[in-house]
Amino acid sequence: MKALYSVKLFLIKFFKYFILIFFAFWMLLPVVSCLITAAKPDKEYQSTSIMQMPKNWFNFDNYIHAFKVSNMGVGFRNSFIVLVSVLILTTLIGTQLAYVLSRFRFPGNAVIRGMFTLAALLPGIAMQVAIYNLMGNMHLINTLYGYIFMMMGTDVISIYIFIQYFENIPVSLDESAIVDGASYWTIYSKILLPLLKPAIVTALILKGVGVYNEYYAANLYLQNKQTLGTIAISLYSFTGPMGSKYNMITAGVIITLLPALVLFLLFQKQIYNGIAAGAVKE
Amino acid sequence: MTAINTPIRTEVPQEIPFNRTPRNWKKIGVIIAFSVIPVGLLVLFTYYPFIEMVKYSFYNMKYIGTPKWVGLNNYVAVFHRDDTLAALKLSLYYAAGSILQVLLALYLATVLSFKVVAGNFFKGALFFPYLINGIAVGFIFKFFFTRGYIFDSVLQWFGFNLNNLPYWLRDQAINNWSLVGTSLWRYLGQTVVLFIGAIMSIDSSLYEAAEIDGANKFQQFIHIILPSIKTILVLNVLLSITGSLSAFEAPFVITGGANGTATYFVLMDTIAHTNQKVGLASAMAIVLLGLILIAALIQKIIFKFAFRNSDDGVEDATKKLKKQRKMQRQRNRVNARSANLFRNGKRVHMAGATEKVVK
Repeated sequence: MKALYSVKLFLIKFFKYFILIFFAFWMLLPVVSCLITAAKPDKEYQSTSIMQMPKNWFNFDNYIHAFKVSNMGVGFRNSFIVLVSVLILTTLIGTQLAYVLSRFRFPGNAVIRGMFTLAALLPGIAMQVAIYNLMGNMHLINTLYGYIFMMMGTDVISIYIFIQYFENIPVSLDESAIVDGASYWTIYSKILLPLLKPAIVTALILKGVGVYNEYYAANLYLQNKQTLGTIAISLYSFTGPMGSKYNMITAGVIITLLPALVLFLLFQKQIYNGIAAGAVKE
Repeated sequence: MTAINTPIRTEVPQEIPFNRTPRNWKKIGVIIAFSVIPVGLLVLFTYYPFIEMVKYSFYNMKYIGTPKWVGLNNYVAVFHRDDTLAALKLSLYYAAGSILQVLLALYLATVLSFKVVAGNFFKGALFFPYLINGIAVGFIFKFFFTRGYIFDSVLQWFGFNLNNLPYWLRDQAINNWSLVGTSLWRYLGQTVVLFIGAIMSIDSSLYEAAEIDGANKFQQFIHIILPSIKTILVLNVLLSITGSLSAFEAPFVITGGANGTATYFVLMDTIAHTNQKVGLASAMAIVLLGLILIAALIQKIIFKFAFRNSDDGVEDATKKLKKQRKMQRQRNRVNARSANLFRNGKRVHMAGATEKVVK
């Protein structure tokens, strides 16, 4: 009986690791293959088989060329400006709204929650037909601040994360602060916001990735691509005549994913532990 | 505090300083100040365009020029054009993919929430594709699926013959599955991380209690994990249905909608911005929204049915705990008020406090 039990345990364990390794392999393979190809100069790329390791892993010619050809310097600058502004503003208004929704009972509370949930159902790209007209009427097309303004429309996922996290922070904390004479602003900014840090980091990463990767609206509203293009637009310029020079395209791909990768490696712990249980336990 | 900082007063002030403005007004102020911008933005960029779009859908119009009223013709066209109907059928592929994604994510998240060798590596490997630019993902998989390139090479290592393999992006029998696979690759990790977050927030003493009661891992999953992550699970299924109906980036970059891969959104983009048929595109958007709402409704009913028994113990226990905490808070509040009855060593009358104590 006991032997049978341990065989069963072993099988479950084997299955578990098999699945994990299987998924890790397919997740990493496409990116690793890009790294391989990006290191090959034109001649080597054409003459060798695609999965053959490159002769020199540290051949950066393709990277330099890709960076110049697709105007990535401007792309990175604009993406950086958009990213920083949107993240700061959305975090501010998102946490404030979540604070109000999770801490106060008032007639509009359920209505606002409902509005945000319904908004998650409205497909973003579909709305662009009408938003395009709206942006035109407000003279916001072809300006970076107009694009930033549009991107600020708070996304529902981060508000959900904030609300869930707020509800894990005991209300008694607020109440004891109120007894000590703290104003609501003090409670929000001095007590709850610091406790909310893990949730903020998580939401920042999720939202940041969304903004950094956004292509459709950027393409629509930043039509002057030479000066206003974001990094996604730079990368898209590889379609067309260069469409089959994969050693250069993959180099471009690797360049665009580097900042995200570095950020991810730095903040890995925060994002995983971020959503975990509240900072204070009753 | 006050006793130390302020000079000792002989007379007790009539009103307590920090209580001068009624808290109710402050409360209303903070509610308005904190919610007016996000709600305003939401209305401006979601609800106002939506209403406009409903209006457009009854007109035959371009971005410039005078619109012409056509009544319901645009809606009729949506259900009679071959391309829109084909695109709607296509979203079934993506729906199947997204259901698979939620199920896989549920399994992987449950496994990764407990002790696993190199768990962080696996989490990272799963999550990291989510960070990659949609356009970059497009290029990666165009490259990946090209005849004789990455995917074919790897399959050949496992003994497949290249001549028996289809053209992954050109063969109409398979190309949509390739694109669904791309979406799965990109978004699986995100769902896993969201689920892990929810599972981690479950009180670990529940597992211990269940283990003492003799529940195995599967029973723990059904009776503890599943009910506890219900909200986030529902949200995710909801978002994946929306996502599958509005799949866009993968087909847009990889195939450009060629060879029968034009999803509803790719088609709508062409109609709105290349053909400039704004009215028709708006009608398409409204139809899509209707479908999403129906899907959400059906799903809500199904979930209610599926979870009708599962939340017995946990839900009740949580409710009881919340009730207890609430009562404790009530008591604390009364205590706190009565504690304030003495200031500067003298008794202060506070409106309402005494009655509460008496109650």
